[in-house]
Amino acid sequence: MSYLTDRKRAVGLGSAKTGTEHHWSMTVSSGALLILIPLFVFTFGPMLGASYEEVTAHFNRPFPAVVAGLTIIVTFKHFAGGVQALIEDYVHGLAQKVAIVAMTCVSYAAMAVGLYAIVRLAL
Amino acid sequence: MADVNRGNRPLSPHLTIYRPQLTSMTSILTRITGNALLISSLLVVWWFLAAATSPAYFDYANAVLTSWFGDLVMTLSLWGLWYHTLAGVRHLIWDQGIGLDLETAYKMGYAVIGGSVLLTVLTIVIV
Repeated sequence: MSYLTDRKRAVGLGSAKTGTEHHWSMTVSSGALLILIPLFVFTFGPMLGASYEEVTAHFNRPFPAVVAGLTIIVTFKHFAGGVQALIEDYVHGLAQKVAIVAMTCVSYAAMAVGLYAIVRLAL
Repeated sequence: MADVNRGNRPLSPHLTIYRPQLTSMTSILTRITGNALLISSLLVVWWFLAAATSPAYFDYANAVLTSWFGDLVMTLSLWGLWYHTLAGVRHLIWDQGIGLDLETAYKMGYAVIGGSVLLTVLTIVIV
């Protein structure tokens, strides 16, 4: 015979009660990327395969430089959040923690390198 | 916790017993494209770093990105980018509680696939 009700047995075994902020930050960054990605594709795309002089002159201009900088920031923030969800689904235990820390570091390192390059090209 | 039922509980069905459906395939493709885009993102960052470093380094990075293999990676990534973008819009719509019925989900699934191919071709033509 059970001394606990079904409800009592289930209480506390649900979600981690966190994640709302993670989901909302993905929503915000995806909204920003909806604007940034088309702008980036059409300001970066024509430069792929262009000469060194054309590329440096292009990203010396404010609009392409600002779009590229913003896209790099938001993209890698969005990626860090997305890859964390991927790792949490398929990797568990210590490996999960190591993988999340590693991929977060990769994301922010790529963001920093990209921004450094954009600043050097723009100034 | 002493009277927790440890046996005879229903088990959640595993992915492998399902027949592939448009809804499940478009869903997993969203995750695959989103995470695979890291490769081209890192390539583009490297290309920017090379352009900011020296003409010789730029020529090297540019040659890699515009080689036949670079073109293949960048073209696939372009499709992946548009696919992930459109699929993301579908998720933003779903998050509002709209379009969750099967018929609308299928329609939007076909729109995401068709739209991503169309946008990829358009981008290649324009850029």
